[in-house]
This record gives sequence, structure tokens and C-alpha cells, in this order.
Amino acid sequence: MNTFEKNWKGATAYFRNNPKLIAGVSIILALVLFWLIGSLIVSPARAQPISGLPDQPPSLKYLLGTDSNGRDLLAVIIVGTGLTLRIGFLAGAIGLGIAIALGFLSGYYGGFLDTIIRGVVDVLLTIPALAVLVVIAAMISGVITLNLMIIIVASLSWMLPTRTIRAQVLTMREKAYIPMAKISGMKNLEIIIKELIPNLLPYLAAGFVGATSAAVLATIGLEALGLGPQSLPTLGMTIFWAVSFSAMLRGMWWWWLPPVIIIAALFVGLFLLTAGLDEIANPKLRRVV
Amino acid sequence: MTVLLEARNVTKIFGSSGLIKKKETFALEDLSLFITQNPSSITGVAGESGSGKTTLARLLLGFIAPTRGVVLYKGRDIQKMSRDEKLEFRREVQVVFQDPYEVYNPFYKVDHALITPLRKFHLAKSKTEAFNLIEGALEAIGLHPSETIGRYPHQLSGGQCQRIMVARALLLKPRVIIADEPVSMVDASLRATILKSLRKINKDFGISILYISHDLTTTYQISDNIIVLYQGFVVEAGDVELVIKNPQHPYTKLLVSSIPLPDPDKKWKQERTPIVDQSSIKENHGCKFEDRCPYAMSICRKNLPPLYQTDRYRAVRCFLYKDSPAIPGDAIGEVFVRKE
Amino acid sequence: MKDEVLRVINLRVYYHTSLGQLKAVDGVTFSINSGERFGLVGESGSGKSTLAFALMRLIKPPGYIEGGEVLLDGLDLVKISDDEIRNVRLAKIALVPQGAMNSLNPVVRIKDQIIDGMVDHVEDIPRNTLEKRVHDLLEKVGLKHEVSHKFPHELSGGMKQRVCLAIAISLNPKVIIADEPTSALDVVVQRQVMLTLDQMQKDLGVSVLLVGHDIGLMAQFVDRVGVMYAGKLVEVDSVKEALKEPLHPYTKLLITCPPSLDEKGEFKGIPGLPPLLLNPPSGCVFHPRCPQVMSRCCAEVPILNEISPGRFVACHLYNEVKI
Repeated sequence: MNTFEKNWKGATAYFRNNPKLIAGVSIILALVLFWLIGSLIVSPARAQPISGLPDQPPSLKYLLGTDSNGRDLLAVIIVGTGLTLRIGFLAGAIGLGIAIALGFLSGYYGGFLDTIIRGVVDVLLTIPALAVLVVIAAMISGVITLNLMIIIVASLSWMLPTRTIRAQVLTMREKAYIPMAKISGMKNLEIIIKELIPNLLPYLAAGFVGATSAAVLATIGLEALGLGPQSLPTLGMTIFWAVSFSAMLRGMWWWWLPPVIIIAALFVGLFLLTAGLDEIANPKLRRVV
Repeated sequence: MTVLLEARNVTKIFGSSGLIKKKETFALEDLSLFITQNPSSITGVAGESGSGKTTLARLLLGFIAPTRGVVLYKGRDIQKMSRDEKLEFRREVQVVFQDPYEVYNPFYKVDHALITPLRKFHLAKSKTEAFNLIEGALEAIGLHPSETIGRYPHQLSGGQCQRIMVARALLLKPRVIIADEPVSMVDASLRATILKSLRKINKDFGISILYISHDLTTTYQISDNIIVLYQGFVVEAGDVELVIKNPQHPYTKLLVSSIPLPDPDKKWKQERTPIVDQSSIKENHGCKFEDRCPYAMSICRKNLPPLYQTDRYRAVRCFLYKDSPAIPGDAIGEVFVRKE
Repeated sequence: MKDEVLRVINLRVYYHTSLGQLKAVDGVTFSINSGERFGLVGESGSGKSTLAFALMRLIKPPGYIEGGEVLLDGLDLVKISDDEIRNVRLAKIALVPQGAMNSLNPVVRIKDQIIDGMVDHVEDIPRNTLEKRVHDLLEKVGLKHEVSHKFPHELSGGMKQRVCLAIAISLNPKVIIADEPTSALDVVVQRQVMLTLDQMQKDLGVSVLLVGHDIGLMAQFVDRVGVMYAGKLVEVDSVKEALKEPLHPYTKLLITCPPSLDEKGEFKGIPGLPPLLLNPPSGCVFHPRCPQVMSRCCAEVPILNEISPGRFVACHLYNEVKI
């Protein structure tokens, strides 16, 4: 086996015997491709209002019909998928960044710092997130931009990953190779980066997926209530408009059904990813040797 | 005779604040010992669980601070060292831990454990030089670099992993190696090779070793002198030939007689000591072994016996020997045999 | 044949792994008589613990019993149904596994843990009879009656291990398998537990299979000993003869290499490394490390032969002598 084959085998080792991981990654990839390729085929401009006649059922010209404002719904779905994915993953990344910083500080150094961080996290976790979000979103006068949305949602997704990472760091800190590293002359920050993080990669990945899931949930929740970037055709906003215009009562299934399907697919994909990563992180769940 | 690492009248108390009563555990009480160089020595510390031997190792390595007393390296208090002094201490006092696998970060190959300290202590100027040093150390221990470098810890046997740790200790040219149960998790047939390596680096490189173990047999085989711990106290210390072959303290006698000898004609006798489970907390201020001692006298419950020097090279903490001269705890080095 | 309580014939336990088939126990044959103490000694990887579990039919996938017979009281434990084996476990053959003291349920009182095992096998026994039985059992293992009310964390390691012994004898089985019962215990506690086991065995007349790696412990406790290496039984002897005049080269090394208290000497080890069970050496599995290896050893697998009454060895050195 040459080096390339060895590396390939190493990288894909995680995927063998792990149908959940493969399925999860496939679904997310499929959504991403749907967005990217779709944007090439269908012009995003058609997601704007008055691109076509309003309230048109699906036809050859408008594959998913149009909504009451004349948006081409196929374009809307394509653009919306991209937007929701972006908000979700970026907010997830920011949330994870905060979780890593706080989780490691809290777990490794312990003491007073740990008590404070832990206290804050625990308190924030008990506050109904959506209520807080609603208040924040309502307080922001003016237009909610995409970036603002990302920040608002990120602020809610970091708590649980912080706790997970802290718990893992607490366990790993007790392993004998940590005092060994100290005896080898390593300093604390070095130990965190070089010794702890590589072993925590599966948990960090799981934390990322967790943060992303929380972010997607939050963004769709807010948008469905109308507290999102109003001018952007995100999936959640589309649902909001559909509800506002009574699409369900009017039998305009082509308006509210596609975003629901995409959202369901996204959640199933994220869930399978989490389950698949769980298997990697917890060797007891892994299949055969 | 230079004293390198020294524990002077060290006491370590672990406190747990319960809601109503503060429960304190005396892990070690008024313990003194020192490790010398010129001549180098191998000192054994024997004790069962609860004896305080693990706490001793952690104190000597500076991971925890003593409640009373002080741990000195080359005369300096290790808790108060400057950054440079601490780095020197870290390089010159190395350790071999019990679990041969857990000491390696499973993410990296075993090379990582060897290169890291070389790098941090600036012992090699280039990667080539580092690998040369590593190969030299491995070969000195009797390992083939081709069979060990580049492998992951789970690909090697427990014995190999442990020997690599010994090689690592040698690599840094320390003055002292603290070996904390180095062979208890290794197969019987591989133990000999590790002990051989330790003895070799003591003889060939003059590195002093502190060998901590609950296994009296291997401690006897490798050490020159021995300290027997029981519930945080030194109960007997001195020349290992005297202490093990002719134990005087009732606890040492119990320990030695409990070793399963591979001779069906020399079976265990029913012991004279009453079986007392050690989970009951003892509140008496006298000898800690009193409730299990077949020779206990009334004085033993109230008073803690001092160390009595019963031979030139032995001291026993037991009132049975009160006719011998008493020595203070920190004079324990007096009863150690020195190789000249 | 007479007085035999357990007979193992050509037992094979293999593991399916993604890297191939692993022969953990490869054709082991021996028997234990009534009231006898039999020791199974070997290092890690020898297959002794796997064998202990196989006798209780507790092997889980990816391991499986590939073949062989385990005859106890007229039943072949390998072939009987799942229901039948459940009845046999604890009632006829009991296991005290390694680290048993850590497998006591932390939230159940000792009394209930002992009773739990019994009620699965005998129905309709009044509660106070069961409780009296618990007190009897605790007495037999040298524990006071008060222990029955306690939780595991209130007991020391040695006491917990004796509770596990009490559970093992609760239904008066014919055979007790003790798998490294004292490996996690200090030497003084080990002696207490082993002396307890000794007294218990004398009182009840139960047969004991002691599995371990410490030859000193075997010398102190067992009557006969079987030596395992890489899944095979290489020697079976009375313990006295095995120590005085070991037959198999591996046994010789196993006895001479551990450090002793006799005098300070050279540290002797067994050269080489334990074999990879996924790809064992050809012929005699010990041949790469054997100081008396012959050319025949690399090609032919030696069979366990009785070379004199009660003395079995699997080694070509002794095949030359016969016929």
C-alpha cells in the first residue's frame, strides 16, 4: 500500500461500518449540491417578488409555482436552502468556537473560573431560548440582516456544546499522559492544543453538529414567527409568508410543502450525523473490531 | 554524598468539607526520606493501598504541595522554584508510571512521547540528532528501534511500552527516576526485562531510583534500601536484606508472610492478626497498626512510637523495641546502606 | 473417570474479527474431580479467562464456541438450550469473575444481591428462610451478619470479594470458577480471601477451578495445575510435580523467571514476545521462544499426552520417548 492509499484508508476508516454517518453526510451534501447546482440552473433573481404572475400552481414554466407575491418558488427553495444552511453552519461554527474556548478553560483549569462559567451556562440553559430570542429580535429596530441573524442564533447554540466539551476535558485531564506531558516540560496551553484537542476531535465534531442543529432550529423558529430577515427568502421566512397568506387554507401546497420537506431532510441529516459521530466517539457503540 | 531529592518532615492532609463535619485524611505523616547521588542508590518504598505511597510520588514530583514540611530538590523548595529551576527539576527527575498504555497519548505514535521532552528541554538541535539519541536510548534498554519507532501504543505489548518509558527516562539524562509500580500491570515474563533495564541504568549511568511498589518480592530484588509504609507512616526502614529477610515490625512480618511462595510445602499459616476491615476510620492517636497487631500493648493505643534504631542499618517504629535508641524521623537516612 | 465432576473435551473458542479469525482457546481437554482444586495458570492472552467464560457459556459475539464438549453432571453445557444453561448457572456451576467486587450493584443491599441470584432458581421459598440462608453464607465467608444490610461502597475490596464468593456458593454448586479473584487486592487481603476460599472449599467439598497468572498463588491453593499458552493447554500436573519437575519448557520458564525472595540474582525473563493469536506460529505455538526447540517443532503441532499417570504434556521432547 503506498502512502496515498494508506492516508485514504485512514481518513475513510471512520465511515466504514457506520451507515448512519454515511447517510447523514450524504443528505447534507445532497442539500448543499441542490443549492449550488440549483443556483446555476435557476436564476436567484427569480426568488424576488414579482418575478412572475402570483398564485400560479406548478407548471412547466414555474416548476413549483409562484407565491402570492409573485416569487418563483423553485428559486425561493434553492436560495432559501442556501441561506438556511449558511446561517446554520456559520452560527454553529461561532457557537462551537465559544464552546471550545469556554469548555477548555472551564474543564482544564477548574477552580473559580470553572465555577463561574459553569454557573452562567447552567443558568442560561434554563431560560427558554425562544422567548429570549423573540425579545432580542423584537428589540432590534430596523431590518434584521443575515449577519445579525447569524449572531443572534449563535448566541443560543453554544451552551450545550460547552458543557459537553467541559465534561470530556474533565475526563481526559485525568489520563496519565497529561501529567506525562507536564513532566516533559509542556506548558498548559500547549497541552490543551497538542494533547487534548486531537483526542477530542470526534466530540468537537459532534459539538459542531449540535451547535448547528440548535442554530437551524432557532433560525427557523424565529423566522416562522416573522422575526427574521424579512427581505430574504429563507426557508423559515417562506413558511411565515405561507402562513400569513393562508396558503394552507387556499390549497397552495406548492408553497408550504417544499420548505417543510427540505427542513425535515436537513434535520434528519443532522440527526444521523450526530448518531454517526456518537458511534465514533463512544467505542462501545462501534460495531465489530 | 550529594542529596538530590528530599522530603523533610512531610505531612499531607486531604480535607473534605462535609456539610456538618470536616473529614480529614492524613495521607502521610511526618515522613522524611532522601535520594542521593554519588553514590547512586535504589530505594524501595513498599506499602499497600492506603499507605500513602501514591501521595508520596505526587509530592516528590511536585504535583501537590505538602501540608506541612517541605520537598527539596538540590536544596531548593520545589514549590518555590523559579521557572528555570523548575525546568531543570523536571528534566532531572523523571518518572515511570504504572499503566504502560495510559501514559501515551493514543492519538500519536510512541515517537511523540520521546521527541516532546527532547524538544522542550533543548536536548537535540535537529530532528536527526533527536532520532539518534532516541535510537541510542532504546538500544541501551535492549529494544529494537525498528520494532518500536513509528508504532502506535496499542500495537505494542505492555512490556514494550513500559520499556520505552524507561528508555525515555534515560534519554533525558536524569539524576533521579521515580518508578511508581512500574511492573504491576505487566505480564510476569516481561517484568524481568523491565527490572533489568532499571538496574542497568542505575549501574551504568549512576541514576538513582525510587522504586515504589506493593510487591515486596520485586522491591526486594531491585532495592538496596527499603521503607515500609502503613497508613501514612514509616513503620520500618533500612537495608533491604535485613528488613525483608528478618522483619521486625509486626506489619512487615505480616506483609512478608502473606507473599504466596511457589512452594506447596510452605503454605500460609492462619494469621494471628484478627481480620479487621480497613474501611473503618481510626481515630486513635497511637500506632495505626494497633487494632490488627498480635503484640499490641496498652501503650500502643495512646502513643505513637518513634523510630527505634535496632540495627546499624535498620529502624522500626514499634514499642516492642523501645530499648533501642530512638532516632528522629528526618534522620532516617542514617540507616540506609551506602554503596561506596 | 470415577469421581469426575467436570470434563472438558477439545473445547475451541474463536473470535471473528475484521482482521481474521482469532483462536482464543484452541482444543483444550482436561477434567476436574469432585472436591478437587484445579488451577489454570497462564499469562495474558493465554485464553484462560476466555475458557472460564466458555465453561459458563457466557461468550458473546464476536466470540463463539466453535466446538468441543463441556460435560457436567451428565449434561453437555455447550449443547443444551438457553433455558437449560440458565438453570445450570449458579446452581451447578458458578463463576466469580475478575474484578467481581466492582460488579456488585451499587444501589442494592448485599442481602438482596445474594437473594436475587437464588430466587431465579428456586421458587416459593419464604423470605425469612432466604434471609437465614444469607446469614449462613456470610458466616461461611467470614463476614458478620451486619454486612447483609450494607451497600457495596461501605465495604472494603476484600469484603466485597468475599460477598462475591458467598453469591457463588449460595446454591451449593458442584464447581466454582474463580477468575483472578485476588488480582486487584493487596497481598495481605489476598491471603485473607484465599484462606477464606480454602476454608469454604474444605467445608463444602465443592470443586474449585482457580484461574490466574501467579504461580505462587497456585502453589498455595491448588492440587493440580494446567498451564495454558496461546490458547492451548501445554501441561497438566499435580502442583507439586509441576513445581519440582516441570515438563514443558514454558512451564520451566514460568516457574524460574518470577523474582523470588530467596536471594538477589539476575532478572530472568522469557525471551521473545507473546504470539499474535491472529497469526500464530506454525507447529508448536511456543517454538519461537523455546530454549529446547527442535526442527520438528516448527512443523508439527504437539498433542497433550499422558506420559505418566496424571502427568500430561504437549511437547515433542516427550514424544521421542514414547514408541
